Amino acid sequence: MTTLSSALARSVPATDKRAKPRVTPARVGAHVFLTTAAVLWLAPILWAFYTSLRSYNETAKYGYLSLPHHLTFENFRNAFTQANMLHFFWNSVLVTVPAVVITLFLASCVAFVLTRFSFWFNIPLLIIFTAGNLLPPQTLITPLYRIYLTVHLPTFISSNGLLYNSYAGLIVINASFQLGFCVFVLSNYMKSIPIDITEAALLDGASVWTRFWNLTLPLCRPALAALATLLTTWIYNDFFWAITLISSGDKRPITSALANLQGQYFINQNLLAAGALITAVPTLVVYILLQKQFIAGLSLGSSKG
Amino acid sequence: MIGFPLIVDLFFIWFPAAATVFLSFTTWSGIGGLKAIHADGVQNYVQAATNYPPFWPAVRHNVLWLAVFLIIATPLGILFAVVLDRNIRGSRIYQSILFLPVMLSLALIGIIWELIYAPQYGLLNSLLGRNGQSNFIDWLGNPKLNLWAVLAEASWRQVGYVMVLYLAGLKAVDPTLREAALVDGATAWQTFWRVVFPVLRPINVVILVVTVIESLRAFDIVYITNGGQNGLELLSVLITKNIVGQQSRIGFGSALGVVLLVISLVPIITFLVQQLRQEQRR
Repeated sequence: MTTLSSALARSVPATDKRAKPRVTPARVGAHVFLTTAAVLWLAPILWAFYTSLRSYNETAKYGYLSLPHHLTFENFRNAFTQANMLHFFWNSVLVTVPAVVITLFLASCVAFVLTRFSFWFNIPLLIIFTAGNLLPPQTLITPLYRIYLTVHLPTFISSNGLLYNSYAGLIVINASFQLGFCVFVLSNYMKSIPIDITEAALLDGASVWTRFWNLTLPLCRPALAALATLLTTWIYNDFFWAITLISSGDKRPITSALANLQGQYFINQNLLAAGALITAVPTLVVYILLQKQFIAGLSLGSSKG
Repeated sequence: MIGFPLIVDLFFIWFPAAATVFLSFTTWSGIGGLKAIHADGVQNYVQAATNYPPFWPAVRHNVLWLAVFLIIATPLGILFAVVLDRNIRGSRIYQSILFLPVMLSLALIGIIWELIYAPQYGLLNSLLGRNGQSNFIDWLGNPKLNLWAVLAEASWRQVGYVMVLYLAGLKAVDPTLREAALVDGATAWQTFWRVVFPVLRPINVVILVVTVIESLRAFDIVYITNGGQNGLELLSVLITKNIVGQQSRIGFGSALGVVLLVISLVPIITFLVQQLRQEQRR
């Protein structure tokens, strides 16, 4: 029996072009380990999903740990309309989209200068940007909060005339804070692009802007795509800046509005679960469609350095 | 091209960081403009250390947070990466599942886990049969338990994060190194510790930096769980509490900020030194 199965295992590579690993105790152990972990890792999300699919009356009667009698998307519909989620989603869009675009543009400019020209200040600048991104946000918040209350904006940008409690303020801080990471990743990426291309263009009399916009940026597309995915998720998921720098509940992006939701539905777990899961939808879309980009962005930040 | 981004970064990141240090030696309620700022020496620090009950618990919790990340979450993430890197069937699926929590916001993670920890309706107590009126375990309410409960949530995410970062590093290791080790008769264990791990020194530093920074930044989960009190005090929460609201104590909050800043400079400098070293090698 053992010989047969090992013979079978050995015969597999002949039929499959990729060499399939042999069945060994270590491999079986690895699968058991990984399967256990996968189940444990999925459990919290599946539990939230299961809870959200059941009606309050049913769980009140039979308990949460019971077989379903009737599954429904009712909670999702109720949470979506009662908590006015569309509005909070829109707030998130208003903050995330400009913040991502601005961050990527500014970071590409900096990275281009740092990698295509050799000034004495290149390394100090890279340090300033990179280190800035590593600071915990809480070390900045005290003065930042005061700055936000002091800086006046024209009312067509901010309805209350201040950086505080305005979308513009939230965009600015998210962009500034993420700038460092993007400069770091993009300058590493640009370093790997042969300089000859832009030098040839220089001889042809191309302006700095042409070399940047028409020659360098298109070559950075993979890095920009990866960073855009990463930034969208991070800024969408931001909680701290929105909690501290936006005072009125109805201006908050959806992630920070979760706190309201929690207060509203603390007795109805089913509705809370549904509402919470709705906020995850955009990041789950990224997860399903753009996971490779996301991971590529993370690895660019960690291993190319 | 570089001027504007630099000004933005200096004004919104480095100026506040410097101002935190400056303000920590002053008293200011925020009322009466900049003229109302008074120098106060190290009084804020003295007060934090001697006359502010949540301070030492917060420090202890931050240290514990870091310890759990360093001893459990990060090594577990590395272990997953190493196992997944061994050409296991379905490794993409495992990887995706373990990575899923990284996509979710920490605030959302806090809510999802409340459904598990809830005293009477939660999954955990229901499974343990401890969901009665009198015998329930209050995972998030009991100050002796809640930090551990929240750390399980944070680790749930951190493991996947470390795994992905490490996996990228492992994929970049020259396969001939491993083959050479195999030819020399090294076991998988020896190959990893003697060959792969040393080669991955740069990524090891990144992982270490990420681990320390993430544990200093911890805020969202405890804030959404109970506002960061009753066993869940963290430095980050205390800072925030002192600036928002009527009775803001800006100097005092800044002093707490400086404590966090000084600690976070350790991993930041470690990271920069490594980067500069690599830069010079090129």
